[in-house]
Amino acid sequence: MEFKNLKLSKKTTFVIWVLIIAFIIAAPSILPVFRLNLLGRYLSLAIVALGVDLIWGFTGLLSLGQGIFFALGGYCAAMYLQITSSSEFPNNIPEFFGLYGVDNLPFFWEPFRSPIFSLFAIWVIPALVAGILGFLVFRNRIKGVYFSILTQAALLVFFNFFNGQQKLINGTNGLKTDVTQLFGQMVGSESIQRMFFWFTALLVIAAWFFSKWVVKGRFGNILIGIRDDEPRVRFTGYNPVLFKTIIFSIAGGLAGISGALYTVQSGIVSPQFMTVPFSIEMVIWVAVGGRGTLLGAILGAVLINYAKSLVSEALPASWMFIQGGLFILVVTALPEGVLGWVQGEGPRNLLQKFGLKRKIETYPSLEIKNETEGLKNE
Amino acid sequence: MLLDSLFNGVAIGSVLLVAALGLAIVFGLMGVINLAHGELMMLGAYTTYVTQLIFKLPLLKPYYNSYVIVSIFFAFIVSGVVGILLEKTVIRKLYGSPLETLLATWGVSLILQQFVRSVPLAYGTGLVISLIIGLFLPSVFSLKIKESINFKYVKFSSWIFAALAGVLSGNLISSSVSKLSRASARNVDVTAPAWMRGQVEILGTAFPKTRLMIIIITLISVIAITLFLNQSAWGMRIRAVTQNREMSDCLGISTEKVDVLTFGIGSGLAGVAGVAVSLLGSVGPNVGGNYIVGCFMVVVLGGVGNLLGTIFASFGIGIMTDLIGAGRLLTIWPDMPLPLSNTINFFATTSMARVMIFALIVIFLQFKPTGLFPQKGRMVES
Repeated sequence: MEFKNLKLSKKTTFVIWVLIIAFIIAAPSILPVFRLNLLGRYLSLAIVALGVDLIWGFTGLLSLGQGIFFALGGYCAAMYLQITSSSEFPNNIPEFFGLYGVDNLPFFWEPFRSPIFSLFAIWVIPALVAGILGFLVFRNRIKGVYFSILTQAALLVFFNFFNGQQKLINGTNGLKTDVTQLFGQMVGSESIQRMFFWFTALLVIAAWFFSKWVVKGRFGNILIGIRDDEPRVRFTGYNPVLFKTIIFSIAGGLAGISGALYTVQSGIVSPQFMTVPFSIEMVIWVAVGGRGTLLGAILGAVLINYAKSLVSEALPASWMFIQGGLFILVVTALPEGVLGWVQGEGPRNLLQKFGLKRKIETYPSLEIKNETEGLKNE
Repeated sequence: MLLDSLFNGVAIGSVLLVAALGLAIVFGLMGVINLAHGELMMLGAYTTYVTQLIFKLPLLKPYYNSYVIVSIFFAFIVSGVVGILLEKTVIRKLYGSPLETLLATWGVSLILQQFVRSVPLAYGTGLVISLIIGLFLPSVFSLKIKESINFKYVKFSSWIFAALAGVLSGNLISSSVSKLSRASARNVDVTAPAWMRGQVEILGTAFPKTRLMIIIITLISVIAITLFLNQSAWGMRIRAVTQNREMSDCLGISTEKVDVLTFGIGSGLAGVAGVAVSLLGSVGPNVGGNYIVGCFMVVVLGGVGNLLGTIFASFGIGIMTDLIGAGRLLTIWPDMPLPLSNTINFFATTSMARVMIFALIVIFLQFKPTGLFPQKGRMVES
């Protein structure tokens, strides 16, 4: 593990990893079932947060529509589970079709009979949709605020579509997964849920290493270049459209995986995954954790959601106030996020304020952003 | 038939236009997209509701029929003041970083929504009254007092006075109008006065009066804002800062004042839009969210810094929504080939019409990425 100003020795890193893995293995036995399920869900949200960090923290694209890809992944997983456990229903199709008098399976459900196709669809379909949408937008050099509101509009459009199509995908009711079968057991059962928890934890770690690998090296440098000064990157001879499309579709794929894991652990996927507030919340997890620090995205997603569930249990009305305040606070007072603050000059400045640490005398320096420094060290 | 369709489209478009007008002006000037714009509309709609209830009091009962007209002014002031406060406390700090502004204004919108849910409207009104007094009382004093050193005491005491007035008026309203004294998350209904109910017949087609009223409100807002921007001194300053901020600053225009003024006017227009929205359906904390994405589409389609673009875009979107959403193409051309008519039927709901329109806008942006009326310039990035 490496931080900008704080380098951990190999021994410490090893100890931290052992602790993390021990906690993951032991969690099902020490946490009550309800809390374990929540933790599993929040860990799966960490994966979509990693994607948001890749596109916003590193490339400077603020997408307010990650919910599209999140929900698409969830729908892919739910469609597979529904169709494989539909043998006892009339016409061998999922139960809800009967409610709307549909006798034949819509054509796009067919391929989801295959488990292998479904496993791929969970991340390939969201990545493809993100790639196409991204390409159409980036091609015209639409960026900044325009990009954000276009993604938000796209989100609303997808929401409307999924919400309205009862006969195709059960519309606003969504698809239930907790009463479906997997490996001969109910998906909602405790043993399967435990498996999902471990699987999620494993995938979070894998996604973290993957994201680290993506932002390392030249590819990562170009992404940061696009964030800091896109015209200059273009004038240097790179094509920003290509890089932006690739990273946007990677983020889409991550969101899809995250959505699938979230769906199987919460027991349902519905158009509610595509509401505007949920997608903006994803951004705030990253903002609070620290954008441009991948670890911050994971910590932000898990901790804020945990805080949300704790606060909502105690004082249901106040969460909106707290969340709203968090948005304002984080962008005005803590733009680097918590992890960025810890890694940067934050703690030292705080100690100086209380007179606990001596000020370091330096010459007034030119304002040089050293955002790329962390990458040079690696 | 055609007239009917056109009218419906214009009616949808005029709500969009009055809602998007403020957003577009602020975006053109400051490059800031205000995600709390929908909530400012919501405040305007609630202002209409409160005004209506206050006009039902015995003292004001004779003037009840005029409450809609009065509430337009009230809504403008309420939303405008909240907008000015927002600019002075949050947005000013984030100047130059539009994405951060986006997130901060979203936070503001959450707070406003929850505020309406959990604070009784009477006390909310009191708070707004004290804000108005606190912000504007210092500016009525003569220049002589302002320049003296003790002006900050004047400011301080006027805020104390404002707080007192707010508490008193809040109490007064909550004791006299029982509906406003309790907090509720439920939707409320604004009933149009008698002269606005029913329909008018023009050229053999019946038009609902509320829709006509909304079109008139929109027309007046557009004319007023055009006159203000093109004829007044402050309007000229706003246009100057929109075109070139640094140069205007050098020439002695107080860009700070221009920002506050523009944001206030933009927010006030959101309030006026809120009045229009309250006439169409019930008012709830989430009412703004239904319109906000439509406004964004208008801004994207219309381009920045040109009111004409906003006007064309909103009427275009309005007419298209009606054309697709009501399946009107089918009634105009009844015997079209089956696959085509099936497609049109598939999109013939309000929500599916949105899907179609978004697709059309994305296609349009492939050819004109900067909208209908782009600003001309030679910048590498604009």
